[in-house]
Formats: sequence, C-alpha cells, structure tokens
Amino acid sequence: MNAPHDFSPLDETDRRIIQATQAGLPLTARPYHAVAEQIGVPADEVMRRMRRMLDTGIIRRIGAVPNHYALGYRANGMTVWDVADERIDELGERIGQLEFVTHCYQRPRHLPDWPYNLFAMVHGKTRDEVEAKAAQIAEVLGQASRGHDILYSSRILKKTGLRIGA
Amino acid sequence: MDALDRALVNALQGGFPICERPYAEVATRVGSDEATVIARIEGLLLRGLLSRFGPMYHAAQMGGALSLAAMEIPPADFDRVTEIVNRQPEVAHNYERNHRLNMWFVLATETPGAQRDTIARIERESGYPVYNMPKIREYFVELKLHV
Repeated sequence: MNAPHDFSPLDETDRRIIQATQAGLPLTARPYHAVAEQIGVPADEVMRRMRRMLDTGIIRRIGAVPNHYALGYRANGMTVWDVADERIDELGERIGQLEFVTHCYQRPRHLPDWPYNLFAMVHGKTRDEVEAKAAQIAEVLGQASRGHDILYSSRILKKTGLRIGA
Repeated sequence: MDALDRALVNALQGGFPICERPYAEVATRVGSDEATVIARIEGLLLRGLLSRFGPMYHAAQMGGALSLAAMEIPPADFDRVTEIVNRQPEVAHNYERNHRLNMWFVLATETPGAQRDTIARIERESGYPVYNMPKIREYFVELKLHV
C-alpha cells in the first residue's frame, strides 16, 4: 500500500519535531533549544528544519490562535454561498481579502440537498454584526451568488487539536 | 486584557521568529521584555484567550487528509450519533449547527483512504449518510483579528 505520506518530504527527525511542537512551543527563553534537547537533535538543526517546513508550507505559520469566543466574538457564522463555478476562484480570492473573513474555501456541492460551494467563516460579536458582514460578502458576489445561508454553531460537541501519530 | 495583552494577541497571529531568543525579539516589537512576554503568553493561554501557541502544521502538506463533513440527524437520535462520531479519533472538531444538516465535523486522517474508511464506519454505525466536503480550493486569508 502506498500511503501518501510515503511521498512527503518529511523524515523521521521532522516528524519528531512535529510531535514535540504540535501541542505548542515551549514557553522558555530558548524554545527551539528546549525542543532540541527533548528530541536529542542540535538546536541549529531544529531551527533549520522548522524554517524549511515554514518555507514549504508544512508549517502554515508560527504564532498564537486567538480564541474568538473568549475574546468576545460570540457569534461565529459559517456563511455558505452558491457561486457560479466559472467565477468562483476570482470571487473566492476577493472574499478571502475581506478583513473579517478568517477562512475561505471552495467545497463540493451535494445537490439537491446542499447547493453551496463557497464557505467563508465570519466572526462577530453579535449575529447582527455577522449578518451585516454577510451583506458585504453578498455585495462583492453580486449576481454570481444564486443563494446563501448562515450556519451558526449552537454547541461544541468535540474539540481536540489536530494530531499526527508516530 | 490590558494594552500589552492586546498588543501581543495582535502581534502573535503570525510571523513568530525562529531564532535563539524569539520571545526577546517579540518583546522589542511590543515594547516589553522577554520574561514579561513569556509570562503574558502563558497567562493568555491559561485564561483561554489564546487557544494555542506554536507552529500550525498543514495536515495535507504532511501527507494527511483533512475534510469537513456534515450529517442530518433527527433530534431524537442526536446524542447517539454524537457519541458515534466523537468516538472516532479522526474527528478533530464536531459542532452542532442550526441547519437541516445539523452536525458538522472535521476529519483529520493520515491518508485519504483512512478518511473514506472513517466516513464508511460512521455511516454504517449511525445509519445516516455523511456529506463529505473536502476543500477543492483554499483562498488566502490574512490573519487579522484585532483586539
């Protein structure tokens, strides 16, 4: 069996770095040195490999993930749009640039149950604020949008980080 | 949150440096010192204002598969199906949402094959179809929550 990860550029040392840091970076003055010590690899090599993973997109970014809910953004709306296929890439790029959109994806429709192919996550302090922002998205999409909906999360059923195995 | 906390939340959303003393470098950007920056990040994490701090790995680039999937579950059966879905280690997040498709979860697997297996298992055990919606394209977004 050829699992896709057999072709990935990650080797065993990279995977150890990922495992040591995926829950978070140590909060000590020399965090990369602490990771290096933990996995038994020189600190320079840890930093070099992490820079490479950042360059190749394996690491999206290094930083903090704000907890929108705790910061007062209590209304998190997943706005979903039925956008003409021939315009979706051009419009998706423009929606992603709106300052209040935190995720923007094209996903498959499931007709007739699910006609929407553009997903844009919008965070607001209230639902009114989310709806006002959705109206701005509608304005950008114009005639290319044939319908939309806003899905709010009413309950978190499970929340764990993404983890890779050994 | 005071002004320094806010400056940190804004400054830390991207571009944390890879160098020997990265917190010292961030400290100069926000006009503080290394020990204070470390203590403040720890405090923001403890108070839940930051949900995590560190490298964000890109599952697909690591050879894994990430997808968003939805189900339509009658209210009377919701708890039973929640238990089935949540029991799968491949399910990272699961949310109830106000829509006919009322259960939305993120699947993170090492391979696309494992994603299909997990979906088949959920469909078999629950008796309801899973609408799989893996991303076709991701559009660039700035990280820009200003507090």
